[in-house]
Amino acid sequence: MTRVGVLGLQGDIARHAFLLKELNVNVVQVREPKDLDGIEGIILPGGESTTISLLLRANNLDEALAEKIHSGMPVFGTCAGMILLSSKVLDGRPDQLSFDAIDLSVRRNGFGRQLDSFECDLKLESDFFSDSAQHFIRAVFIRAPKVEAVGPKVEIIAYLDNQGERIPVVCKQESVIVSAFHPELSNDSRLHQLFLSLL
Amino acid sequence: MEQVNKRSTGTDLVKRGLAEMLKGGVIMDVVTPEQARIAEDAGAVAVMALERVPADIRRDGGVARMSDPSLIEAIQEEVTIPVMAKARIGHFVEAQVLQSLKVDYIDESEVLTPADDAHHIDKWKFEIPFVCGANNLGEALRRISEGAAMIRSKGEAGTGNIVEAVRHLRSIRGDIAKLTQADSAELFEWAKRLQAPISLVQEVASTGNLPVPLFCAGGISTPADAALVMQMGAQANFVGSGIFKSSDPARMARAVVEATANYQDAALIAKVSKGLGEAMPGYEIDKLEVKLAERGW
Repeated sequence: MTRVGVLGLQGDIARHAFLLKELNVNVVQVREPKDLDGIEGIILPGGESTTISLLLRANNLDEALAEKIHSGMPVFGTCAGMILLSSKVLDGRPDQLSFDAIDLSVRRNGFGRQLDSFECDLKLESDFFSDSAQHFIRAVFIRAPKVEAVGPKVEIIAYLDNQGERIPVVCKQESVIVSAFHPELSNDSRLHQLFLSLL
Repeated sequence: MEQVNKRSTGTDLVKRGLAEMLKGGVIMDVVTPEQARIAEDAGAVAVMALERVPADIRRDGGVARMSDPSLIEAIQEEVTIPVMAKARIGHFVEAQVLQSLKVDYIDESEVLTPADDAHHIDKWKFEIPFVCGANNLGEALRRISEGAAMIRSKGEAGTGNIVEAVRHLRSIRGDIAKLTQADSAELFEWAKRLQAPISLVQEVASTGNLPVPLFCAGGISTPADAALVMQMGAQANFVGSGIFKSSDPARMARAVVEATANYQDAALIAKVSKGLGEAMPGYEIDKLEVKLAERGW
């Protein structure tokens, strides 16, 4: 059975683990370096990126996980996970950890505070989903990061239409997928399936 | 699909979703922007902006109300993490004011003096999510039926004594466990006894969990306290007086954050507890003049 890790330090760990188990994956909560042994991919869940960043260092996971990610192990980051994986973070803390794994510039809480959090339907634009009759996904944005610049190697899988401006909200670069919203909150596992297809 | 991109705000999923993101974290009471900075530096997932921590409210007596909006705004300016604030039980105008300030969560809190001795706020009318305290499962389900998107066990705030938080968590988790064993006919009697809507009682019986996250508050004053309530089923911790009434708040804050995230790792809890200095002064519950946890209906 495929073994996949969920970074288990802080945030909505359980919902990702639940969706992975539904997809017949053996789920490991990654809390210290030895938990990385034998996993084929990892999910970085939503939570507070500043807290997760501090705990990654406190638990000596930062360098071990960076090494795994840079050696090409597939990784899927939602919300705070997107922030941790992006090459540039705006409005973050200066000491905030970045794995620099996908060429994106993201602004923390780029849509505003909780009063501006929202859900909506979005279209998934990837050949991976072409067999699927239903291309739409319910996207829940919670104090979400906003992508402000995209590098040349990045493939955009979903956009949010923001008063005429098209903001990338799901992006992929080689073995890295990031989402500004939370598919695990709306119980939709299609992005998880896309991630598992990279293993 | 002309509905694509059509945004809905303030939905159950959006409200409860923020609580999901706070799981495994620590929400700290702060009374100044400087304290908020210390809290964020130590890894807090959110701060609660207050004029006085519960220990001082208890000491000073009198009527405790919503904080000055200028204090809340100064704290919002200082940190990047979510900022929560408290409204009095039943005081829906304080809640309207807090919503207009765009706080991220409103705590309808027994720590403040209640404004209504029979009714809580109709929380469905707000776009901002609410957290409410509960001593037992019935109270938790009544608050959820009024629209709370997160429940915290009340404990006894400002005492530095964990015994009430333990009692309340055991009561809530214990009754949830019993509900999952009850047959469908017994659930109607449970609803009557809990004074809670039957639909919520049935939902808890089938899922084995509250429909919203369950956090712990009231009396956490050491890293071991934080880990204790996490092992008992709390999903995150509110720490009030326990941080900034200790002798070294920055270290205590960091230690409580690490102990909450790694609550099953006794060696780590030992490590972060070493040489922490004095925890806040504690009080025995039966010597208290006012029991805040008795507020709420």
